[in-house]
Amino acid sequence: MKKILLSLLLFFSAMLSFAQQTYPVNGSYDIRQGQFAFTNANIIMNANQPAVKGTLLVKGQTIQAIESGITIPKGYVTVDLKGKFIYPSLIDPFTSYGLPEATRAIAGARQSIFTSTKKGAYGWNEAIRPETMSNTLFTADSKRADDLRKAGFGSVNAINRDGIARGTSTAVTLSDERENNTMLNPLSAANYSFNKGTSQNDYPTSLMGSIALLRQTYYDAQWYGKQKEEYNISLEEFNKQQSLPQIFEADGWLNILRVDKIGKEFGKQYIIKSNGDEYQRVEAVKATGASLIIPLNFVKAYDVEDSVEARNVTLAQMKAWEMSPSNAAALEKAGIRFALTTFGLDSPKDFWTNIRIAIDNGLSEKQAFLSVTEIPAAMLGISDKVGTLEKGKLANFIITSDSLFKKNTIIEENWVQGKRFIANKNNTKEQKDSVNKVLAKKADAIKESPVKGSLIYPFTAFGNASMLKQETVLLKNGTVWTNEKDGILQNADVLLENGKIKAVGKNLNAGNAKTIDATGKHITAGLIDEHSHIAGTGGINEGAQSSSAEVRIADIINSEDVNIYRQLAGGVTTSQILHGSANPVGGQAQMIKLRWGKLPEEMKLAGGDTFIKFALGENVKQSNFGTGARFPVTRMGVEQAFIDEFTRAKEYKAALSKKGNMVRRDLELDAIVEILENKRFITCHSYVQSEINMLMHVADSLGFKINTFTHILEGYKVADKMKARGINASTFSDWWAYKIEVAEAIPYNGKIMHNIGITTAFNSDDAEMARRLNQEAGKAVLYGGVPEEDALKFVTLNPAKMLHIDDKVGSLKPGKDADVVVWSDHPLSIYAKAEQTFVDGIPYWDINRDAQVRQAQNTERARLIKKMLDSKNKGGKTQRPQAETPKLYHCETVGDYSKGITETEGAHTHE
Amino acid sequence: MNKYIFTLLLSSFGLACFAQANISPAKPQSKKTAIMGAKLHLGNGKIIENGYLIFDQGKIIGVGDATLVRLSLTDATVIDGNNKHIYPGFIAPITNLGLTEFESVKATLDFTEIGNINTHIRSIIAYNTDSKVPATLRSNGVLMAQITPQGGTMSGSSSVVQLDAWNWEDAAIRTDDAQHLNWPATPKLRGPGGRNPLSSDALQERTQAQINELEQLFTEAKAYVEIEKPAVVNARLAAMNHLFDGKQKLFITVNAQKDIIAAVNFAKKHGVSPVIVGGDEAYLIIPFLKENNIPVIVKQPHALPNSTDDDVNMPYKNAGVLANAGVTVVVSIDGYWQQRNLPFMAGTVAAWGLDKEKALQTITLNTAKVLGIDKTTGSLEIGKDATFFISAGDALDMKTNKVERAFIQGRDINLDNLHKQLDRKFSEKYEAGKK
Repeated sequence: MKKILLSLLLFFSAMLSFAQQTYPVNGSYDIRQGQFAFTNANIIMNANQPAVKGTLLVKGQTIQAIESGITIPKGYVTVDLKGKFIYPSLIDPFTSYGLPEATRAIAGARQSIFTSTKKGAYGWNEAIRPETMSNTLFTADSKRADDLRKAGFGSVNAINRDGIARGTSTAVTLSDERENNTMLNPLSAANYSFNKGTSQNDYPTSLMGSIALLRQTYYDAQWYGKQKEEYNISLEEFNKQQSLPQIFEADGWLNILRVDKIGKEFGKQYIIKSNGDEYQRVEAVKATGASLIIPLNFVKAYDVEDSVEARNVTLAQMKAWEMSPSNAAALEKAGIRFALTTFGLDSPKDFWTNIRIAIDNGLSEKQAFLSVTEIPAAMLGISDKVGTLEKGKLANFIITSDSLFKKNTIIEENWVQGKRFIANKNNTKEQKDSVNKVLAKKADAIKESPVKGSLIYPFTAFGNASMLKQETVLLKNGTVWTNEKDGILQNADVLLENGKIKAVGKNLNAGNAKTIDATGKHITAGLIDEHSHIAGTGGINEGAQSSSAEVRIADIINSEDVNIYRQLAGGVTTSQILHGSANPVGGQAQMIKLRWGKLPEEMKLAGGDTFIKFALGENVKQSNFGTGARFPVTRMGVEQAFIDEFTRAKEYKAALSKKGNMVRRDLELDAIVEILENKRFITCHSYVQSEINMLMHVADSLGFKINTFTHILEGYKVADKMKARGINASTFSDWWAYKIEVAEAIPYNGKIMHNIGITTAFNSDDAEMARRLNQEAGKAVLYGGVPEEDALKFVTLNPAKMLHIDDKVGSLKPGKDADVVVWSDHPLSIYAKAEQTFVDGIPYWDINRDAQVRQAQNTERARLIKKMLDSKNKGGKTQRPQAETPKLYHCETVGDYSKGITETEGAHTHE
Repeated sequence: MNKYIFTLLLSSFGLACFAQANISPAKPQSKKTAIMGAKLHLGNGKIIENGYLIFDQGKIIGVGDATLVRLSLTDATVIDGNNKHIYPGFIAPITNLGLTEFESVKATLDFTEIGNINTHIRSIIAYNTDSKVPATLRSNGVLMAQITPQGGTMSGSSSVVQLDAWNWEDAAIRTDDAQHLNWPATPKLRGPGGRNPLSSDALQERTQAQINELEQLFTEAKAYVEIEKPAVVNARLAAMNHLFDGKQKLFITVNAQKDIIAAVNFAKKHGVSPVIVGGDEAYLIIPFLKENNIPVIVKQPHALPNSTDDDVNMPYKNAGVLANAGVTVVVSIDGYWQQRNLPFMAGTVAAWGLDKEKALQTITLNTAKVLGIDKTTGSLEIGKDATFFISAGDALDMKTNKVERAFIQGRDINLDNLHKQLDRKFSEKYEAGKK
């Protein structure tokens, strides 16, 4: 490989008229002079210089000179380009040109393939395949090259889009010469994604698993560089590639933030290929400092002629249709460096239509030009050869009928490495006219759209056009459930200020606070859900191995989930988002406050302790799903899974404590060591008494503590044992009979545990039930007569205690967070509605404002529907409405993240 | 299992009759009984603040305002109903109660037969009166249920039972009350991308083929039942007989507005009387439903909205919107063990816009009407079965639902259940530990 590079370099620098090659020729040599003089053209050398009116001299594949008033040397073919324009040809930094399309991994349930099926000294997981080198796989594809050349492209980056670590890509020209002569940079970049692609391994099944695997790979590679025992081609190549540009394929701004977070952990600044929705959160994207590669596959209008079908189109889908064409402009305005790609377009032909649409929507021509020439060239390390027209660079240029961005301009010829390709020149006049007509029509259709809706946060129904403000509020004359010594206060007030509870009591002075009359209403602390699976994306189970302690819910928080808003409407203010229960040691949990409209990082509860999910019973032994090939499949095996995990963690910890150790950083065991050191706390999904008893014994013997048993439906049978160990209980109010291990689950469970003195909570594990946790608490009164004040604590103060956040939330006490709900009725009653829900003093839910929001939403929908109909009537492309439903997760949800994204590839996706 | 129940029996528990191990069905009513001074929620929308209720031989023989009459009750057992509420027994429609015990155990799943056209399938004969579940419903006031098969296009016949019986024959109130049809709905494209392997045209074609099959079935069945003695007996077609003579209703599970209209028109065309089950989008076509006098069984108010953009409280409001507009509404909840939360579904409907007594009607009289059992059940009226319960408070609210006595056809039923027994068993263990 080096050899080719070297010979290419020599070739360029020496400008040899004498071209040598290694391939023999069958017959007589036919080597042409390749000397051309393009005269009288408007030559645009780069985006920053005005056009030069003059002559471009080309010899072989190289530019010899660009000057006005030059004497043309003898032996040159003169091409008179009067009235024409010459531009550097375009560069697409993100294609799979000349490479096999990644085929999808085997469909269906998990295959129980635990390690790589690839023979040889490679890494353990097939999704980590940095040994893949595109330059060794690349074969020119004349059909695709022709399509791309017609759109003005002269070179592309060819990426093997398969796996999480995908190996190196290759920058090539679009010449039809032998591959030996078209390589611009055989190792242009190292490539990554969150999609495991064709990997047959079970792990990872989830987005958080993909993230964890990549993170672990960085540590493995660091270790590998220092050790001498193992030879591992994958890690060896991974290390070698760290000096290359790093391109990360991610979809959407949420993934940009995720990618950047990993990058920052390991000192990498990725170039991120995204999906064009960055306008929704341009500031957050800008803050990453990443350069982007952006597609122009705008959302097509939905066919909303049938009003019944139109109901299936969400506000977010409609707004994305309207706003996605202004994405590039928004990035430019924000000063984000970005390149453009044809990736995701139905055909490269659409590139020019869409780039003009982007320009009509505010993208400057200069930025557009930079984004298809110099910027991608710099990204790929090929600026010395392409991207601008300069003496010594490759003769990669296009000849256009007029200024490039004008509506009717035709790319007539595309010269690659000094070789001429006719692009669109041969059109007869009629053909040309018809093309122009189409282009003109499309452009017109877009231009007539002066009014645009505003951005909303989050970018979905019930999002707000501006961030809601913290208020100083006096809730006056209500029934106040303090959850403190004062108990329930009649005719009392609660004052909220600066996001905190300022005062609770009678006849408080309003000062300059906004007063809300709470006469006849009840005021409680915000509800806290110890066990939730909302606001996550890409799966909440990483169940391919018996332990997945390395995965983190923190990595996959989705701030755009409408269930956040729905739960605010039910008075929930804080949720612990948990890993599922597919394996004994699950992943790391994340607590969030339901700050609707904020970014994922802003929703996270700052500071405080962190938790990890454990699980027992039917789910971890895969009684009701899976192949039954993954250990463990009995409760007996579950015990040993824990014993093994903690034993290894102790050995790991001991090894790490030795000076000068070479221990490989193990993210899975790190999490277990944190438990042993009381820095991370266990919440364990549990059902029957035998297994609960077992884990308590394992904990005792291995020296760790169990913080909470969650679900704990037979807790009532071992309540005394739990109490003796100070373990908390977070259960369901009344679920049973849905599987054998809940055959003796009873609704009196909460009452019995509470009466024994265990801190007891009710949780949801369900996006629907979480909307009425107060009613679930009411069932503690129904079943067993728990005093009402205690029952409310099941969903407020008690979960706060078991989550170690009762210093901040869970009761109405001055100094605590202003997380407060105003109820229309007794909060344990079926008749109670949450009228207002404050988080940090911000009224994220307000039942009256909600009515207005819905009305405004309907107006906005009507406007967009009309606009789409107009667009359709003018001949714009449409797509059939497709219902977009947020994915709901429960403990038992298992799936395959990569399969999902592979299926939706190319489509504009929201999470 | 039996051992600990036996232990309970031995432990001289205060309420001996409530501590029975097997929770036997109650004996027939032996003496006239009167409940005095209770608040009577009649189930027909009306309420009597200080009422009397008298029943004998399993039937209600007197109901009215206790402040207006003088009653001679020397021959009757009198129950003090002061500060109590009396409700007609709640009726759970569309449930696989008694057809399954544990959702994850195949051996206990008796509600979905294979095949697509199962008109001959009958739920009543699989209804398990020994299931542990019904007793856990009774204690919240649910005293009757429509046991309903699932699956396929035509799922089979449901039957209505009361929840205190030795066997399914005893249990049956009305056998084969309805046939159940899952309307072939065009699946919504779930975007984005190609998650549906078939194109939208192919999906529509498939749906249309299913509707054609139904058309064929109903047309042929109608012709078949006219033949007195068919040369070749067809059990499927024969089982549809009572759809055409009006003795059986056609319950159609259908949700999208277009599909509801198509389903109703289908039923009309074939001369059968339809009931819409589900009807998520029924509120969008209220005039059509009223015009055709179509009752709607609203599924589970405790549900998430269908679409991201929908009012987050739409599922709570849905039944009220329909009922207030004049549609006959019945409220249901999915599942079998979940039926003990049926009262709170009506409570939710009341919280979100429907008058409380009308909300009660959606789980009592309206249900009885739609199931064709309103002559004997559904409300507290003279001549009807004495199937009702006494609660210490508002039974639609979990905070106050407290069922103290319940009667089915006049029989004073045992309100104990597995859960109460386990509660006692372990509470006593801990109590003993304290001493």
